[in-house]
Amino acid sequence: MVLLTRKIEFAASHLYHNPDFSPEENRRVFGKCNNPHGHGHNYTLEVTVAGEPDPVTGMVLDLKDLKEILEREVMQRMDHRFLNYEVPELAGQIPTCENIARVIWRLLDPQIKQGKLHRVRLYETADLFADCYRNGAEGGQAP
Amino acid sequence: MSSNAQDGALKIELGRRYRFAASHRLHSAELSEDKNSRIYGKCNNPYGHGHNYILEVLVSGKVDPATGMIANLADLDGFVEREVLEPFDHKSLNEDVAAFRGTVPTTENLCIEIFRRLKPFPKAKLERVRVQETSNNSFEYAGDNPEGFEG
Repeated sequence: MVLLTRKIEFAASHLYHNPDFSPEENRRVFGKCNNPHGHGHNYTLEVTVAGEPDPVTGMVLDLKDLKEILEREVMQRMDHRFLNYEVPELAGQIPTCENIARVIWRLLDPQIKQGKLHRVRLYETADLFADCYRNGAEGGQAP
Repeated sequence: MSSNAQDGALKIELGRRYRFAASHRLHSAELSEDKNSRIYGKCNNPYGHGHNYILEVLVSGKVDPATGMIANLADLDGFVEREVLEPFDHKSLNEDVAAFRGTVPTTENLCIEIFRRLKPFPKAKLERVRVQETSNNSFEYAGDNPEGFEG
């Protein structure tokens, strides 16, 4: 098996706020991320696909196809958007790195027909990221 | 906030990077001076030398629907600060960290010691630690759990 990774970057704004929490609790739990006007990040997304290289093309999947999928499913949905208000898949969820990575996994997984989606890694900053794997795949285990 | 019914199909990990600067000297009391010099080379310099270490900590767990988080970063940051950064940053690993009195502070052993210190983190499951000694060398340790690597 070979792993192939493609990286893209997008910029988006978000805020953390749970309407079930009091204003004090929101501030305590989410800190600066609770600013009602939001704030933004340059996100870096690494998408890893696992598979056997095709004997004719030598490819796990055609990178052009992956590039198009990422453009359509992620860039057009999230780049230069306010994640809380403009991305329906995140409606009702706090747009943390964990939740965005999971949404991206669900958007990409059905689109990848050659090879299998192996990992989605989303960096919110260089020092903070979330990884998403298929449970049970490659030694994974139940959370 | 909405919970996620399909959560069990996916495994999610949170990764966080920290930095500390420390000195060390690679020297084994069980080896002769010649052998130490041959095995550890420049790292055997009796005065030691230092690195800007980068520590990557990966934890897993259920994403709390109320917060969207596996663990609150303030909790994780506070724990790592107390257990690793405060005792290691701007210290001599050989002289200032008890674990390295009798153990050579290679980055392999540093990974194991950091994992041991972070394992009791109460808010999520520690999956693995990765320590980058320089931009060319990095080491990972997942304890006795081989599943801690790659998902």
